[in-house]
Order: sequence, then structure tokens, then C-alpha cells
Amino acid sequence: MEGAKNIISEVRSHFPALETSMNGRRLVYLDNAATTQKSREVLEFISGAMVNKNANVHRSMYALSDLATEAYEAAREKVRSFINAPERENIIFTSGTTASINLVASSFCSTFLKEGDAILIEADSHHSNIVPWQIAAQKVGASIKVLPIDSLGNLCTNLAESLLTPEVKIVALTQVSNVLGVENPIAEIIKIAHKKNIPVLVDGAQGVVHSPVDVQKMDCDFYAFSAHKIYGATGVGVLYGKRELLEKMPPYMGGGDMVETVTYQKTTYAPLPLKFEAGTPNFTGAASLLPALETAEYLREGIVGEELKKEERAIVSFMMEKLSQIPDVEIYGMPENLEKKHPIFSFNVKGVNAGDTAQILDKMGVAVRSGLMCAEPLINSFGATSALRASFAPYNTLEEADYFVQCLQRALQMLR
Amino acid sequence: MATIKEIENQIVEEFSIFDDWMDKYQYIIDLGKNLPVIEESEKKDENLIKGCQSRVWLNCKEEDGLLYFSADSDAIITKGIISLLIRVYNGQSPKDILDSDLSFIESIGLKENLSPTRANGLLSMIKQIKYYALAYAEKES
Repeated sequence: MEGAKNIISEVRSHFPALETSMNGRRLVYLDNAATTQKSREVLEFISGAMVNKNANVHRSMYALSDLATEAYEAAREKVRSFINAPERENIIFTSGTTASINLVASSFCSTFLKEGDAILIEADSHHSNIVPWQIAAQKVGASIKVLPIDSLGNLCTNLAESLLTPEVKIVALTQVSNVLGVENPIAEIIKIAHKKNIPVLVDGAQGVVHSPVDVQKMDCDFYAFSAHKIYGATGVGVLYGKRELLEKMPPYMGGGDMVETVTYQKTTYAPLPLKFEAGTPNFTGAASLLPALETAEYLREGIVGEELKKEERAIVSFMMEKLSQIPDVEIYGMPENLEKKHPIFSFNVKGVNAGDTAQILDKMGVAVRSGLMCAEPLINSFGATSALRASFAPYNTLEEADYFVQCLQRALQMLR
Repeated sequence: MATIKEIENQIVEEFSIFDDWMDKYQYIIDLGKNLPVIEESEKKDENLIKGCQSRVWLNCKEEDGLLYFSADSDAIITKGIISLLIRVYNGQSPKDILDSDLSFIESIGLKENLSPTRANGLLSMIKQIKYYALAYAEKES
């Protein structure tokens, strides 16, 4: 027990933000589904790279530029191995999950989607996995189909077969919803889609954080995630794509670094992955994915990983138990098997506005999200116009969960 | 009729008795609970100011050159602050409303509630109040 405590405090000491305060109270940061705090290793890397590795990448004939390019490409290799992609050409740096999905929605659909076709999305999607598809569909006169969820927040996988009609040209899945925190059975749906030769994109923004991802085992065609949700810099994202699809897709943006030869009339494009990386990328931010993913590995491997997993499971049981004891509570995302529940807890208490609750919690040093959480159709489907969400990272503790529940009870007392 | 500044000063005075945030928020919550609710007939979409966090309805009436507001929100803290705004603005002339700066909100320590990042509809509501005032001021001149 004592050992476990030591491990957790050792882990927390890697994240300087956890030692800060908010409104005069010790910060209890439970908005990790929105962004995670950065490890000391990431912070030191970024400030060091700004001094010692700051030159534009892939462009010049001097040692400093080589250093910058090496750091950028080392991060690409780290991402490749982290999600077990076959080659570096599969890994494209973007500005975030949103940009990754937009890239596919725009580029893939401009080639493979025509009038009368359809795109299948999930009912529990984040806006960034809805709106890009709507834009792509509107451009050609295609339609959007929705794979529904049941009242507990489980994806209706049994309907996938019948929804995957020949008109569907691509499927956009969500590994873990940012509202529900439920691990969706995406492998199962990918299998069904592939039997019909329909490619599948997976939004892994939440999914990549809490458990290992193997894109080859999952067999998705595209996988998108953000660096800032996994201890890295903001403004950096990853798009994994299968090579044969990426080769067939036209560039998304034109500019420098993505070209082979340019005349005023015609351009031939650089090979993968640079074909999709026009302009100067956020190279320092992207390079920070190396220490960020090392942080992620530190948090999930060995004895540290074991202890944090135990703590996470304890937090999930504790939170589900305590939340369900609140009178008139409605919890969104209650899978039968709690093993499928990530530590993301969204809920409403009847008669109490989520924003009010979040404001009172703020005063007690607790940072949680309230509102629509960029998932308006999902929140509306519960008959709500907002919800409160507490989302935990591996560095959060059961003690913090307990403090959250106490503060929540006090806030509810004030507001009811 | 007291001026906007006089009412603002009264409110600052009232808030000075609270020494911690909890009492202050409890007071605002109670104000919110006591705010006469806008009539359902006025809760029309054109009166709705939609924010990510909460929704606000605002209705404005003119009588003898003075403006009267009624409002509602689905968030109680927002509603409490609205009740303060209504207390300040009700029965004032369009010109005085346009000239007001609502500095009392900062003086009583509620500035963060008007931050554009909070998306609770309050800032849009104040803007809407000023639009009404501007429209009536123009009508008069």
C-alpha cells in the first residue's frame, strides 16, 4: 500500500502543473479529456529544442537544420512504433485530431465519394468526427448515416451490418467517446466494413490515452489522435493511414515541403508522408511527441503501469458508485462491463445546471468541463442541453476522486 | 428613481458584507432562485441567447421613454447575475443604459462570469440590452 502511494507521488512529481493551485486551492485537474498536463520531460524537451534544435526542417544544408529534422523524424518513428504502424510513410503530422479527420474527409472523399453515396458515423461522435464528413458529403451530394447508441451509451453494433449498404464509402468510428468514456467495439465493426471493402477511420483522441493501440491488429485504415491529449504540445496531431489509400489520395493542402518539382503550370508531389505536410509544420511541437509518448509508456509499463491501472480501475468503481448514489442523477455511458469504461464521467443532476456546478467546483480548485462538450447531438439525444464531465488521467488519484465527490455534494447543496 | 451608478454602488455595498466566495455565491444563487421567471410566452426563440454552457432569454419593453427588462436562464448563477443587471437597468433611459459601464460587476468580484470564455450568455445578454437601448434611443431622436 505504502509502495503504491510512493509510486503515485513519484509519477505526479513528473507533472509540474499538478503542484499548482487554482482560486487559492490545490489544483485538482479533472479535465484531461480536453487536454492533459505536460510532463517535465516534455517541457524540458520543448524549451531545449527551441534553443538547440530550432531551424526549419527538411530544407537546409547546415548542421542545426539537420538536428531539427532529426528530432522531427525521430518523433515520427516514435509514433510509428507507439501505434505499431508498419512504416514511417504511414505517419502524417497534422495540427490535431480535427485536422487529421478533415484531411481524410476532404482528400479521400474528393476521390472516392460521389452523388448518392453515404458516410457512416457514430451517434457518440465528437463534432470533429461529424462536421468534416457533413462538409465532404454536401460537396458531392452524399448523405450521412448514423450508427446509434443505446440508452446506456453502448454502440448498437448489431445494426452495423444493415447500415453498411453499398452506398457507404467510408466509416468514421470513435474508439472512446469524449462524453461517454465507453470503449467501443471498433474491431468488430471494422471487420464487418472490410468484408464489404469499406475503409474505416478511427478517432483515437481519447482511446490512445488509456490503453495501447496497435493499428495493424485493429486493422483500421486511418487512425487520428492529438499530441496535447497525451502529454505533448498543443497544435500537433497524427494521422495514420494505410499506404495504398494515402498513395491514392490527392494532397490536402499545397505549399512548401510537399512537392517534388514545381513549374508555374504543374507540380509533382513529394512522396509520403511529406505529400500531406505542406508548409512549415509545428516541428518543435511534433518533435515533443517523442518525450510525450515516452511519458505515456512510463505511465503504462512495468510496476508503475500496474499500479496506475489498479488506481484507474479503483477510480472507475468509486466514481460510478458515488455518482449513482446522488438523487436524480443521470450518468451518461454505463457499460454493463465496467472494464470497458474509461475514467471519463459525464452526468447531470435533475434541476441543477452543469455550468453552475462547474463554477462552484472551480472555486474549490476542481477543474471539470461543463456544456455540450463538442457533442451537441449526443447531449441533446439525452434530452439535455449541457452536462458535467470529470475526466481523469493516469496521474490522477483515488484521493482526488474522493475530493471531487465531496466538493460536488457541497455544490449540489448550494444549488438545489 | 436612482441612477444606474447609485444602484451599482448599493449593490457593491451589499456585497461588501460577504467575506468569502461561498456566501457571495449563495447570495447570487438565492437571487437567481427569486428572480421572477420570464413568461413562457416571452420565451420565444427570437429572445433566446444561446451559449455553450447555458441559455438566456431576454425580453425588453419600453414605457414613457424608459426601458424594462425581463429575463431567464437555465443556469441559476447566471440568473442571479441577471437579476442584478435587471435591478440596475430597469426603468432607466436608453441613453443612460448606453452610457453605463457596469463596473460594479468587477467591484463585487464577479468579473470572471462576464468573461467571453465562459460562454454562459451573459456577455451576449449585455450586448443585447445595449442593442435594445440603441434601437429605442434612435427611435426617439
